Amino acid sequence: MTDATFVPAALDPERRAALTRRRYAAEKRFRLYGVGAIGVSIAALVLLLVSVLGGGLPAFTQTFVRAQIYLDPAVLDPSGTRDPDGIRKVLTFAYAPLIKRSLETATAELQPTVPGITPALLAGMVSDGAPAQLRNYVIANPDSIGETVEFEFLANGRIDQYVKGNITRESSAGDARLDPAQLDAADRLLEAGVMELRFNPAFITNPDASENRPEAAGLGVALIGSAYMMLIVLVLSLPIGVAASIYLEEFAAKSWLTDVIEVNISNLAAVPSIVFGILGLAFFINFMNLPMSAPIVGGLVLTLMTLPTIIIATRAALKSVPPSIKEAALGVGASKMQAIFHHVLPLAMPGILTGTIIGLAQALGETAPLLLIGMVAFVKDFPAGLPDGLFDPATALPVQVYNFTQRADPAFVERASGAIIVLLVFLVAMNTVAIVLRQKLERTW
Amino acid sequence: MSAGLLFLVLAILAVAGYLSGRWRAAAGGDTRALHSRTTYHGLAVALAALLAGIVTFVLLNLLATVAPEIGSRFVAIASIALALAAFVAVWARITPAFRARNLVETIVLGLLLLAATVAIFTTAAIVLSLVFSTARFFGQYSWSEFFFGTVWSPAFQGVSRLGMLPLLWGTLYVSAIALAVAVPIGLFTAIFLTQYASPRFRRAAKPAIEILAGIPTIVYGLFALVTVGPILRDWFAQPTGLGSSSASVMTAGLVMGIMLIPFVSSLSDDIITAVPRAMREGSLGLGATQSETIRRVIIPAALPGIVGAVLLAASRAIGETMIVVLGAGAAAQLSLNPFEAMTTITVKIVSQLTGDTDFNSPETLVAFALGITLFVLTLGMNVLALYIVRRYREQYE
Amino acid sequence: MTLADQQLRYRPMDAVAPALAERPQAAEKVRARDVSVFYGEKQALFGVDLDIPRNKVTALIGPSGCCKSTFLRCINRMNDTIPTARVTGSIILDDVDIYSPAIDVVELRARVGMVFQKPNPFPKSIFENVAYGPRIHGMTRSKPELEQLVQGSLRRAGLWNEVKDRLHEPGTGLSGGQQQRLCIARAIATRPEVLLMDEPCSALDPIATAVIEELIDELRQNFTIVIVTHSMQQAARVSQQTAFFHLGKLIEHGETPDIFSNPREKQTEDYITGKIG
Repeated sequence: MTDATFVPAALDPERRAALTRRRYAAEKRFRLYGVGAIGVSIAALVLLLVSVLGGGLPAFTQTFVRAQIYLDPAVLDPSGTRDPDGIRKVLTFAYAPLIKRSLETATAELQPTVPGITPALLAGMVSDGAPAQLRNYVIANPDSIGETVEFEFLANGRIDQYVKGNITRESSAGDARLDPAQLDAADRLLEAGVMELRFNPAFITNPDASENRPEAAGLGVALIGSAYMMLIVLVLSLPIGVAASIYLEEFAAKSWLTDVIEVNISNLAAVPSIVFGILGLAFFINFMNLPMSAPIVGGLVLTLMTLPTIIIATRAALKSVPPSIKEAALGVGASKMQAIFHHVLPLAMPGILTGTIIGLAQALGETAPLLLIGMVAFVKDFPAGLPDGLFDPATALPVQVYNFTQRADPAFVERASGAIIVLLVFLVAMNTVAIVLRQKLERTW
Repeated sequence: MSAGLLFLVLAILAVAGYLSGRWRAAAGGDTRALHSRTTYHGLAVALAALLAGIVTFVLLNLLATVAPEIGSRFVAIASIALALAAFVAVWARITPAFRARNLVETIVLGLLLLAATVAIFTTAAIVLSLVFSTARFFGQYSWSEFFFGTVWSPAFQGVSRLGMLPLLWGTLYVSAIALAVAVPIGLFTAIFLTQYASPRFRRAAKPAIEILAGIPTIVYGLFALVTVGPILRDWFAQPTGLGSSSASVMTAGLVMGIMLIPFVSSLSDDIITAVPRAMREGSLGLGATQSETIRRVIIPAALPGIVGAVLLAASRAIGETMIVVLGAGAAAQLSLNPFEAMTTITVKIVSQLTGDTDFNSPETLVAFALGITLFVLTLGMNVLALYIVRRYREQYE
Repeated sequence: MTLADQQLRYRPMDAVAPALAERPQAAEKVRARDVSVFYGEKQALFGVDLDIPRNKVTALIGPSGCCKSTFLRCINRMNDTIPTARVTGSIILDDVDIYSPAIDVVELRARVGMVFQKPNPFPKSIFENVAYGPRIHGMTRSKPELEQLVQGSLRRAGLWNEVKDRLHEPGTGLSGGQQQRLCIARAIATRPEVLLMDEPCSALDPIATAVIEELIDELRQNFTIVIVTHSMQQAARVSQQTAFFHLGKLIEHGETPDIFSNPREKQTEDYITGKIG
């Protein structure tokens, strides 16, 4: 059975060479697509990081104005008794002229004088919160009345943005809240060292501030809210997740109930996060009457979202422990429960912890469901300590980012990016811990 | 009596039960004669008391929602009474032959099962909260106008038109752009990493991609708002006269595409790696080049899995919220121009349910109808995707 | 350097070696000289010299782990697909060193086909499986020509009568023995000069094995065949030449009857009589 087709035929060399060239050109092209795809991904990532870091780092610095304030007894303590209640009766409103007067002196000392500057414009250069800051100081130190004390006030948001170079004279030409004379004064005050741009820890510790005071807005409440929620997620989802995994991996018989649970877990992992927000609103708030905006509700919703992640990680960790370990324990007369809790679970712990940290990191960055349960509200008071604080209104770090983006003053955009940097620092730290943990504790069988 | 105090009492009861149970079991003298170790006797008493108390508390509270005459005082007293009863009942049974360990293990097994059923309760709670409010919505607004209406203009004075189609269109349009970006780039990234890259590059790149997948969506949202949106508006939309808004379908779609790249690439990576090596060698052994092998053998073999991955990515895109809230805009309209602001289902769920809401008006309740639409849509895609992927895995096992 | 990098630098083989048909035909088709293989730091194959005669079946035998397959994979450079593998020495196909930098691996593999241990049909139709090689190498100019080539290859592999009515059904639906014959048809469709077989029957039952062995005997009219086998009986049945490998070294090679009845080396004798293995 010979077949003519099977005599190795010499192909026309020229045709063959051309074909080979074409094939290698295609090979090269295809490879280039791969390199291009990775290049595009990296470029997008770099652009993302540069835009967030570049936009957000300035949020950690702030422009401060130094001022010598004469705490005029005639204004602050009309009765002259230094009675704390009497001092308290003097409203914030009365403190503003003191600041105005002090700034006026400071500017007058600058030679040559700044044309067009008025005391009102000068006073407008410090934050609207300055009189309150002054008043708090006086209430805390009534003995200082009558002295001249040096204060550092936050500069007004517009001035701060000008100092940081985010707005220029041209771009602010039509701005009703900013006078060109104020910018001249700012230049001079910067030169004189009365005004300076430096690190501002209050961005981390301050609560949120109102629309008119972007310079004072901070992440304090959001950080505490997020911390409370992470605590709830950890305390609830770790034991429930591990218990569910042990049941499914070690005890569950093949039954319809097991199937239903399995299907539910894999589907919950893919339900859009906003739907969990609807659940929180309809079930926890409207049905169970838990308070709006409270970390307890946020924590419960995030727990339900994190459970599938922890269950999937825990089951993988339990599976990776070789059955021989359990058999050895059973062989010396341990019950199945003892074998699992004494031997399998400790060996699976590194995997479980890694999965838990990754689940927590996901929960920390989750935004959409928290919007629906009211954490988007403006909260300027710190929640109480544990456990009562769980029921007080709070915000969360990612929601605070969203909140900042919804304000009209563009100075808040910088603060949104700054908040993201804080969020990313936490996420990177958590992921690093997870990776290190996995490498340190992981054993190969 | 507050719930906190009640739980404190129950905790004290449990500790007391543990100690006294152990003591009673050990009282016989020779603990070797016991069926179970003393610790289990203690645990049996403690668990029995704690469980009886908590179960009573939960049940009575549920009952109180339908029968308000049950006061919190009654609930507390009943809970503690039943906890005590369980305490005494188990404590009295402690003898050397008492199978305390078996009792404890049965209770623990029950608790494990309970933990596993949390998933079912969650799904049930989601479905119930969506269905009830949606039913109320359709009591006030025609379902056909909701599903087939082409105008979305909620007005709180009472003449709202709540047609879903513009929202669905925006959702699908944004998702389509996102997939058009993410699928080719993610797929080629996976192909490069699995087929061309050196093992060292792969070892470095894989975890990096996983970390990328962990960046919260709010970060991408802000990226859309402050960077991509203005760039697209100033460089494309305005010069070409196509639009003047920085929030647009294109902005949201591109950024969502970037977000999905790591998702698609790591799924595809797993799927391509699952294609048996023999398949690849068979093709290379015939003199095929790498790219011929990939295009003609590996991709066709992995196709079902890749389709599953794309479906999962699509379901993510449809359910994504923060990127579209910050990047797509709020204007509900049916338009083909990708540089115009449009809105999606998720954006409207957020906008109808935040702020001052009145849970009796159709303008608020419509969010639940949108939610159920979203839920059903994504659930369907996920079930289909998981089914396809599972079938694919079985093929090579 | 990845495989693709290497491939991109090569020019077509014909540019190096002029038309094959015009050359005088030596008795040896493949000559291996001092071939060693390293996997990373570890040396797996130690200085093998072996001549493989034209149009005969050469069997490579030896205990498992002796690197018979490693040597086989050197002959069409399949070891290139393992990133850590490194090959030294030379393998001359006709009169070209296939490890010389000017050689194009892709074309080499079209000339030196391979059948693997486990049947590995592509998840495509039977027809597409066989047509794959001719298609990528651009061997036919028209559809009828391709069909003829596919039919010829399937006939040659003894599979035509079994599959002619279901050419467009998936190749994965065939039985194990049929799948392996499909893989043989797929390999011979590119009209290779040498056919490498890596334990082609190890995954098959005895009846399917007998069919394949018969096929191998027929195929040697047109092809030079190198077969790795675990089974000494199979080596005795199908091969004319046998080479015995042990611990990465070529111990002995010669005419098959000589090796089996009259081994020169003690190790060969021990293996054949079942003392090692």
